[in-house]
Amino acid sequence: MDKIPLAEFIKSLDSDLEIKEGKQFTEVTVPPSKLHSLASQLRENDETLFDFLDCITGVDYGHDLGVIYHLYSTKFRHTVVLRTRTADREHPQFDSVSDIWEAANLHEREAFDLLGIKFASHPDLRRLFLNSSWGFPLRKDYVDNDIITW
Amino acid sequence: MPFDIYDFTSFTKWIDTSLENAMSPFWTTVTEMAIAGVLFILFYAVVGLFLVYAERKVCAFVQNRLGPNRLGPYGIFQTIADLIKLLFKELIPIKNADRFLFNLAPYIVIIVNFMVLGAIPYAKGLHAIDFNIGIFYIIAVSSMSVIGVLLAGWSSNNKYSLIGAMRSGAQIVSYELSVGLSLITMVIFAGSMQLSVIVEAQRTGWFIFKGHIPAFIAFVIYIIAGTAETNRGPFDLAEAESELTAGYHTEYSGIKFAFFYLAEFINMFIVASIAATIFLGGWMPFHIGTWEGFNRIMDFVPPFIWYLGKTFFVIWVIMLFKWTFPRLRIDQLLTLEWKYLLPINLVNVLIMAFIVLMGWHF
Amino acid sequence: MEEKAKDIITDEQQEYIINIGPQHPSTHGVMRLVVSLKGEFVLNVEPHIGYIHRGIEKMCESLTYPQIIHLTDRMDYLSAHINNEAVCLAVEKALEVDIPDRVKVIRTLMSELTRIQSHELFWASYGMDLGGQTCYFYGLRDREMVLDIFEETTGGRMIVSYNCPGGVMYDLHPNFRKRVKEFIKHFRKVLPEYDDILTNNVIFHGRTVGIGPLPLKEAIAYGITGPSGRASGFSCDVRKHEPYSAYDRVKFNEVLFTEGDSYHRYLARVEEMRESMDIIEQLIDNIPEGPYAVKMKPVIKLPEGEYYQRVETARGELGVFIISDGNKLPYRVKFRTPNFANLSVLNHLVKGFKIADLIAIFGSLDFVIPDIDR
Repeated sequence: MDKIPLAEFIKSLDSDLEIKEGKQFTEVTVPPSKLHSLASQLRENDETLFDFLDCITGVDYGHDLGVIYHLYSTKFRHTVVLRTRTADREHPQFDSVSDIWEAANLHEREAFDLLGIKFASHPDLRRLFLNSSWGFPLRKDYVDNDIITW
Repeated sequence: MPFDIYDFTSFTKWIDTSLENAMSPFWTTVTEMAIAGVLFILFYAVVGLFLVYAERKVCAFVQNRLGPNRLGPYGIFQTIADLIKLLFKELIPIKNADRFLFNLAPYIVIIVNFMVLGAIPYAKGLHAIDFNIGIFYIIAVSSMSVIGVLLAGWSSNNKYSLIGAMRSGAQIVSYELSVGLSLITMVIFAGSMQLSVIVEAQRTGWFIFKGHIPAFIAFVIYIIAGTAETNRGPFDLAEAESELTAGYHTEYSGIKFAFFYLAEFINMFIVASIAATIFLGGWMPFHIGTWEGFNRIMDFVPPFIWYLGKTFFVIWVIMLFKWTFPRLRIDQLLTLEWKYLLPINLVNVLIMAFIVLMGWHF
Repeated sequence: MEEKAKDIITDEQQEYIINIGPQHPSTHGVMRLVVSLKGEFVLNVEPHIGYIHRGIEKMCESLTYPQIIHLTDRMDYLSAHINNEAVCLAVEKALEVDIPDRVKVIRTLMSELTRIQSHELFWASYGMDLGGQTCYFYGLRDREMVLDIFEETTGGRMIVSYNCPGGVMYDLHPNFRKRVKEFIKHFRKVLPEYDDILTNNVIFHGRTVGIGPLPLKEAIAYGITGPSGRASGFSCDVRKHEPYSAYDRVKFNEVLFTEGDSYHRYLARVEEMRESMDIIEQLIDNIPEGPYAVKMKPVIKLPEGEYYQRVETARGELGVFIISDGNKLPYRVKFRTPNFANLSVLNHLVKGFKIADLIAIFGSLDFVIPDIDR
């Protein structure tokens, strides 16, 4: 599948989505409520078949917290980027996609550990690298009290 | 007879009678035991140190390295330096360990070693004790070392140690069977359990040559099972460095660790010397049929050298095993014993009995 | 009364829990596996990671792009050059710089040498994990030759830091071509030796064939890439599907198996060493002349946007994701490291196998712990 039909196809799944052709990949912005259903449609649909979850990146945009998903299809060899964001910094929560791709399990735990983004219905959401009293270091407002200055 | 130039019987008899002339029979026995004890402790230490050095050199040879080469010529003092280091190391007390059993375990292993070493004939007339049930005694005593290993694993209060000890228990109990049966094959052939008689019977030819194919099969099985019984690679599951860090002796330090370490090497020495005694003619020189000149030259090599040469040949083979094969898994190990070695061994005993019955041997 | 006792002793309480790690000979680094056992059988494995988490992604946010490259060496230290290359490619793609052919070929050659030395160390340590300690010395002996080649050209042996945006730091050493040819000649001779020692060993077969099988579907779902994924039949070689540097001009086969057990994961790596040698042989006599780097601006600022670059390291697909806000410092850098993704499958693979198999499976996935922790 080429780039343009992929964008058109995703548009046909849900016309409310904001779809942009990026420099590299087709980029889709999804509201958090639609994330899980869109992800499972992209995974199951024979036209797209995004069966390989490449990467989950949590991002702090200053006001908002967001998650970026890189999906890849091993059959069609195309990539799509899903983004979603929320303005709630206290309890940011998205639906977990770990029931669609098992690979998401560790990636989501990492995003939780470093950015404090929660994933609903994740089977095992615990801190991954750091202990539970640590802050969320990848947030832009994180202050490291132990930083050594010279 | 030419070999009797190295007969130690008259020498030991002379010591015995001169001691008896000097003191009462009770004190004679005590003194003789003390002499034998000191000699064995010396022998034990020297052999242990040499084997550690040999292991390193063989391992280095296999692995394309040089091995120890700094301390003394060819690094021969390396193991002595290591021993001194181990003597000075702290004995770390383990919290919640069963202190009594923890300290007892290395001694059990060492004591078993000594008990077996005493029964092996090193040359004509040179052995501490010559039982008429020598082989039976060796099989019985050597299987006791598993108690030491189990105690060490149990009392350390360490989960790795316990798994290692349990594996070791299963392994030794299983392979004990093969060792026993392959020795019984040779007992049938020799018609005696006394080790000096067995060696004497090999004057006309070593059992591995005289005993046809069954003797050879018994020898191969004995080497495999013996390697397994000493917990050496490829059967070193009890220690399994990459799985259980060090298995049953994980928690031991200093000289107590050294005891286990030494005992492992002496066990290997014992297995090799039993193989040499029963299959390769013990201290008997190598003879070829009617080549009188050749046989005469062989006779002039002292029997002790013959014995050590054969033993170290077997040790060398066992060492090569360890450094070339990967480790087996516990179920594969037990499968090998119960499904392959044991049935082969049982059939082998029957064939040997049949051969002896029909008189088809040399 | 009896019934009550039965209730108290549930299956869970009969589990025998041991900690493999943080310091353990076969985790090859600081990582802790909490293993629940029943007898010798593994019920559950829970990896605890983060013992060497250095926050590389956080550090990247306060470093310039040329500085970031030197941090990537410290992730997968056995694929140091390939990691560097990934960041450079991402930066170059963002700036739309045309890099000279010579640079492309040099990078490809170095990447393949890196891959060979990494797989050699895998071979060596895998042998040792399974108890064949001799393998370790054979593997290291030959790896040393590659490290010497690195040292001559880059000044570093393992942590090479050879790439910079727009090219490489210095030109190849005059001895490079001769040394590489010597190495290839030597290595073609010793690879059959490797097979004699380990690949064709009966005990080794017994320990690895059919142990921890990973079907294709699961490999894709868990995101297993690299030789481990290709052993399951997952055609995931980035060099083939999205060629970068000079991979579009060389011929090589993607090593694919379908069994996906430990033995084939091992075999995929051994075969890849052969393929890597083929690639090097095709390129070593055709290194184009030209500059070894293009001149870049002293301060590199990426235009605003997101940039994703995949490369094939020795262990799988490394993704570098850079979000730039137009500054000289990146806004967010994410490394999709192969080992981190591969780790997710461990518990799934080892369930029901024995503790000795756990080591065999763990070894065959070839983890480098700093790459997991970052």
